[in-house]
Amino acid sequence: MIRVELPAHLRTLARVSGEVLIDVEGPVTQRSILDALEEAYPVLRGTIRDHGTLKRRAFLRFFACEQDFSLEPPDTELPERVVSGIEPFLIVGALAGG
Amino acid sequence: MSSVRVLVGTRKGAFILTADGKRDTWTISEPQFGGWELFHIKGSPANPNRLYASQSSSWFGQLIQRSDDGGKTWEPVGNKFEYASVPGAHQWYDGTAHPWEFKRVWHLEPSIADPDTVFAGVEDAAMFKTVDGGQTWRELQGLREHGSGSRWAPGAGGMCLHTIVIDPTKPERMFIAISAAGAFRTDDGGATWQPINQGLRSSHIPDPTADVGHCVHRLAMHRSRPNVLFMQKHWDVMRSDDGGDSWREVSGNLPSDFGFPIDVHAHEPETVYVVPIKSDSEHFPPDGKLRVYRSRTGGNEWEPLTNGLPQRDCYVNVLREAMAVDTLDSCGVYFGTTGGQVYASADGGDHWSAIARDLPAVLSIEVQTLATP
Repeated sequence: MIRVELPAHLRTLARVSGEVLIDVEGPVTQRSILDALEEAYPVLRGTIRDHGTLKRRAFLRFFACEQDFSLEPPDTELPERVVSGIEPFLIVGALAGG
Repeated sequence: MSSVRVLVGTRKGAFILTADGKRDTWTISEPQFGGWELFHIKGSPANPNRLYASQSSSWFGQLIQRSDDGGKTWEPVGNKFEYASVPGAHQWYDGTAHPWEFKRVWHLEPSIADPDTVFAGVEDAAMFKTVDGGQTWRELQGLREHGSGSRWAPGAGGMCLHTIVIDPTKPERMFIAISAAGAFRTDDGGATWQPINQGLRSSHIPDPTADVGHCVHRLAMHRSRPNVLFMQKHWDVMRSDDGGDSWREVSGNLPSDFGFPIDVHAHEPETVYVVPIKSDSEHFPPDGKLRVYRSRTGGNEWEPLTNGLPQRDCYVNVLREAMAVDTLDSCGVYFGTTGGQVYASADGGDHWSAIARDLPAVLSIEVQTLATP
């Protein structure tokens, strides 16, 4: 199982608490994780990536294993520690203050 | 006994204010969708417990929420707003062509007769429709494609379709307004549209009397007289007596004819309300005095309404969606400010009181007058 950590507002929207566990078939990539996540939680469609283009929303970032994968191509395979469930895939909202 | 439900959209969530028909004691709900921008919340005239809310965020995009119990619980519905054809380009701030991009839903207008049918006005300007309670949305592309779209340009707040007014006697007839394109009318349910801006004069565009390009801030209509429309334009308060075919200025003696909201008394079609704002760069009331202006003559002659409103050191704004009226015998008038106050008058504007003081900046106000069993 892949561990996914959502921003607080998306946890509320999806009505989950803590991490989400999802099954991903095939290579574990940003795209396959988000496909599986949206399949399990349809309400998240359009909130992490655009409906039509599937581009990441500008104010969200994808982190794993202390690396930023936000700018990587969506089909880049993620580290083995994410694949094996040791580390979560983090979907993080950009900071905003003021 | 009747009751009133005030639906308040703010920068950081939705709030529902309720009172009985006396309107002297108010209950304020907990924040709903806390942290999200609620551009608009509106109830179905056919089923007042069916509410729709536009929930958006710079982080997470657009959501539409639906309630079937008057806002006690909500269910997210469809949020896929895709232009029905190649979107094309409109003017950008520098005059260059800029591609149409969906950003958010500014306005939700439920059908008068069917709780499952709703019209949505969006940024970048277009109109969408659902007939399944919000699960799916289809663009009424005749508006965007009618021919003048390449000359539309965003106002400071974006290129938004923010006003939808349905003719209650002929629901296939609708009036909409876009900043900064102007007002448009359809007579066939949204299939075809025509600009209705004759008589408007806007000095901030190259041709001040052009058929499109005007920054219309808001339209209002009294349900008994659908041919009479009132408009708060960027500058100027306007009136049409022929369904928008022509307009004349009725700013009269207002201290400033810049402003955002405009509304009509529920029972007096010639009684109109505006909130003058100092200028397009100083978005606060003239002289630090928050005054609603009322005309009982359909414009031109305006009187300040000040009783209960701050008359010194007040520098809030009142946004275009943030005024509404109830339909009780003594018409209630409501407006919200960017300072988080919601003011109400239960006597048509003669006396005001704050029914909420410390909300986030208010984006929209809608009022439901409910028959309580």
